[in-house]
Amino acid sequence: MTGYILRRLAATVPVMLIVAVLVFLMLRLTPGDPAAIIAGDNANAEQIAQIRTRLGLDQPLFTQFFIWFANILHGDFGESFFFKKTVAELIASRIEPTIALSLFTITLAVVIAVPLGVLAAYKQGTWIDKIVMGFSVLGFSVPVFVIGYSLIYLFAIKLNWLPVQGYQRIADGLGGFLIRLLLPALTLSVIYIALIARMTRASVIDVLGEDYIRTARAKGQVEIKVLFRHALKNAAVPIVTVIGLGVALLIGGVVVTESVFTIPGLGRLTVDAVLARDYPTIQAVILLFSFVYVLINLIIDLIYTVVDPRIRY
Amino acid sequence: MALRLLRCLAAAALAVAALAAPAAAKTLLAAKTLRVAPHSDLKIVDPIWTTALITVNHGYMIYDTLFALDAKLNVQPQMVDRYALSADKLTWTFTLRDGLEWHDGAPVTAEDCIASLKRWGARDALGQKLIAYVKDFAAPDAKTIRMTLKEPYGFVLQALAKPGASVPFMMPKRVAETDPAKQITDYTGSGPFIFKQDEWRPGEKAVYVKNPKYRPRAEPASGMAGGKIAKVDRVEWIWIADPQTQVNALLNGEVDVIEQPPHDLLPLLAADNNIELFVWNPPGRQYALRFNVLAQPFDNPKVRQAVAYALNQKDMLQSVIGDPKWYQECKSLFPCGSPLESTKGFEDKFESNFAKARALLQEAGYDGTPIVIMQSTDIVALSNLAPVAKALMEKAGFKVDVQAMDWQTLVSRRTKKDPPAAGGWHAFLTSWASVDVLDPVATAFLNASCDKALFGWPCDAELERLRDAFARETDPAKQKAIAEAVQLREVEYPTHLQLGQYTQPIAFRKGVSGILAGPSIAFWNVEVQ
Repeated sequence: MTGYILRRLAATVPVMLIVAVLVFLMLRLTPGDPAAIIAGDNANAEQIAQIRTRLGLDQPLFTQFFIWFANILHGDFGESFFFKKTVAELIASRIEPTIALSLFTITLAVVIAVPLGVLAAYKQGTWIDKIVMGFSVLGFSVPVFVIGYSLIYLFAIKLNWLPVQGYQRIADGLGGFLIRLLLPALTLSVIYIALIARMTRASVIDVLGEDYIRTARAKGQVEIKVLFRHALKNAAVPIVTVIGLGVALLIGGVVVTESVFTIPGLGRLTVDAVLARDYPTIQAVILLFSFVYVLINLIIDLIYTVVDPRIRY
Repeated sequence: MALRLLRCLAAAALAVAALAAPAAAKTLLAAKTLRVAPHSDLKIVDPIWTTALITVNHGYMIYDTLFALDAKLNVQPQMVDRYALSADKLTWTFTLRDGLEWHDGAPVTAEDCIASLKRWGARDALGQKLIAYVKDFAAPDAKTIRMTLKEPYGFVLQALAKPGASVPFMMPKRVAETDPAKQITDYTGSGPFIFKQDEWRPGEKAVYVKNPKYRPRAEPASGMAGGKIAKVDRVEWIWIADPQTQVNALLNGEVDVIEQPPHDLLPLLAADNNIELFVWNPPGRQYALRFNVLAQPFDNPKVRQAVAYALNQKDMLQSVIGDPKWYQECKSLFPCGSPLESTKGFEDKFESNFAKARALLQEAGYDGTPIVIMQSTDIVALSNLAPVAKALMEKAGFKVDVQAMDWQTLVSRRTKKDPPAAGGWHAFLTSWASVDVLDPVATAFLNASCDKALFGWPCDAELERLRDAFARETDPAKQKAIAEAVQLREVEYPTHLQLGQYTQPIAFRKGVSGILAGPSIAFWNVEVQ
């Protein structure tokens, strides 16, 4: 197992290398000049050229790439063109909100979706099943920002229970942290609740037809134990896959949610950096996201061995 | 089981409520905090290095200026106590007010101001023009600045009081001696607020606290001039990128002010009794269509004149602002309501006179070359202008190719002199603060010095001669006459077209008072209950 993990981790190196080259080239091919953006609307050509020289953007493309890549190998991701901070500092200051939002969202999604999916499977064909599946279709169909604004309107504007926007760091108080995260996490979790509930229902329905379920019932097991101990456990592999994919997809989802709820996380940082053509920041964030994707895939593969002991690497 | 679950949930809710209590208490304690949702995130904090408007607003918070414009756009002394011009109009003497201090407690000296003027003069177009006339600066004593000119220059006070982009803010000498091509790292100012660098989180918020040592002028605050009295202890600029969320935050009392609520959301704010809208900048902003005179057929002035006949301001303004309450048709090159307002030469333009436009195109021998208009799609206040311009120009006989892109791509592409078919451009639409185009010298698009001019690169010796004459002239009446001559020349040789003005109200909740009218937004004099 250790050998497998090491091999998988080693396999991330060429992946990251390819991502690095692609990101670098795509950014340079994208129209837009960071120097012109930094200089502002009334800057003249000379001022823009000065800034371009200072940022090293007047160097040939391959020189820029090798300088950047050599610095990365030394653990230096460079300095943001806009924020007078290193990219590492910027990411460090933005990572907490994104991790908090992602964890809160996925926890909320799993806690709500798995029981709902099991219930829908158990009550297959009844009105409960139809309601759960109806919600599921709705969850897939409605865009995140519509859900966000609707929840804001109801819980913040009309009922005044929760704040409209903003983020409070956990160090500044757990209560404020949780209260400010509740609406964004709820918003973002809707699509994952829909996804996981649907997958859970399908997997559990498959398993409920198996002989060992009939055996468990014949032995007089109470129904809740049949469902959660026997059915759900055996239906877990596809559910874990979907949850894993959900975590990976969250990286995209947080961008919109962070914008709607003004959460200063990596999603917002990415949008700001793209709009401003802040090359060092975009490159570092995308490398980080790529690494997280690879890592999540590895973790999912490892979880398979826990939920299904027949799987061995 | 269910009961146990309910008990757990109730306990969790109580715990969260208890934990949240200190935050609510903190909010109550910070009663003298003004929370502002600004128009942009504060990323760069050197107002000389960048011309970004948000950085200019930051500059007004923490720095002061030698002169400033009041609410009626008149120049008033600010850090200067008294000033004099020698009889030969070559020597200006400025004496600083008593008791001016930097935030670190050091006195503001003439040497500091001279260093600041030099750094500003190295970056700003108006500053460069002024410095070109300056023979030397001297500081005979700590409070006196002596500026000797090579020849009389009529634009000294206007330059020193200029608002908008690149304001001549005063900084300590050690800061002002920073290479103009590099950003400053020391944010010591002498203005009414102090920048809390430790609380600045780009992408999140910027914080300012009251400068207790600031010595305001005795006159009442007016525009950027007069007594700048900070009436709140703390100002927080909370960056909310999404306009709808800004509005929701204001309606929910999470911010006190939205600096620039989008026009399409104004009815929502106006319908709420707890929200007030106030036009703090009556001259507002002016829309403009910029020509690239290097690109055929716009190298022919007659083709550019044809565009002036084809367009009309009402359709353009209606497409982006909508409610006539917030816009004004204005044919004057210099903003309506400003001293140099005049319609001379433009009386018959902007009427969508397609017959006249067609005649001009025929006269110019227009061969149907598609006109590439760059359309910025990510700025709501601009995005609809290009399609309207296309429709009107096509009615006049132009072929128009509107190319959509984000603003940053446009900013980059507009610097390219390549032919439009090879990645260049013919025209784009933009807007600027009316205070940035008050006269022929300040109006950047009127610079017709060929390669040295801004993107679009107009090249016209007569226009440049008139602008120089305006700069040298010290008599306001004669300046006005020259400005009219500039306008008439602009009709013949259009560098850009003015497409009307609009105002941008600020929105604030009831309990906020004292927001000043003026050329830039100011947060001194503002009270919050």
